[in-house]
Amino acid sequence: MELAVFIVSGVILLAGALGVVLLANPVHCALSLVATLFAVAVLFIVQDAQFLAAVQVIVYAGAIVVLFLFVIMLMGIDEAENLDIEPLGGQRPAAHVARVLGLGLTLVVLLAAGSTVTGAANPATAIQSDTPNITQLGRLLFSDYVFAFEATAILLTISVVGAVVLGRPPSRMDDVAPLDAGAEPVEVKA
Amino acid sequence: MDVTDTWYVVLAAALFTIGAVGLLVRRNPLVMFMCVELMLNAVNLTFVSFAHAYHDLSGQISVFFVLVVAAAEVVVGLAIVVSVLRRRPGATPHDIAILKG
Repeated sequence: MELAVFIVSGVILLAGALGVVLLANPVHCALSLVATLFAVAVLFIVQDAQFLAAVQVIVYAGAIVVLFLFVIMLMGIDEAENLDIEPLGGQRPAAHVARVLGLGLTLVVLLAAGSTVTGAANPATAIQSDTPNITQLGRLLFSDYVFAFEATAILLTISVVGAVVLGRPPSRMDDVAPLDAGAEPVEVKA
Repeated sequence: MDVTDTWYVVLAAALFTIGAVGLLVRRNPLVMFMCVELMLNAVNLTFVSFAHAYHDLSGQISVFFVLVVAAAEVVVGLAIVVSVLRRRPGATPHDIAILKG
């Protein structure tokens, strides 16, 4: 049973990830990303992380991807991009290096699979099978990790303020003429 | 055949590699952001796999914080992308080099 779930969601996950990279239209990329995120949520449930699976669907698929689609539609950049043009010199070779490194990483994991893992679980944060996942997470979050939790609250506040500041329409004082294709950068008008 | 934790880690490594290659290959800043999300999700998957393997909830807590930071990062990043694209429609990350003056 777990094998079937793993294979189906693994195929969806990899197909969605390849779709993000290979599809030319950004809207299609965003929809492939949703497929990947749902597959990851399924794998979370298989591994007894029910709360995180719910958060994954709500926050990622529900909020972040919708934000992406909003920006794509708002800025009108939903036309297809020519994938044959190399963005920056040397990035394609770097991508090949990254691919080889990724394959190496996978090989290392596979070769290390036979040996025993080192390190020990922290008994204070051990998963208890009789308590619901969300109860244990909540208890840990508000005891051992309360400082990190408060720090993320500050981080979220700062990011909201930053987004509002950055997202304001440009005032007339710092209005910059649009850049013509191939032209030199235009000086800011006095 | 049993699904061991190695399988999940291998799948996460593949996902991370796809995200890294996409980040280097694509030019659209939004699609590059999506590739960063793929890499973050690969790391989340390994965190949950190891939490499952060790019966330790710390991994799941880490995923929680990664989710929060990813949300904050997307909000600020998209705001920057919007403010750049508003002034220079069709800008690619290469055009950010204009900032060096």
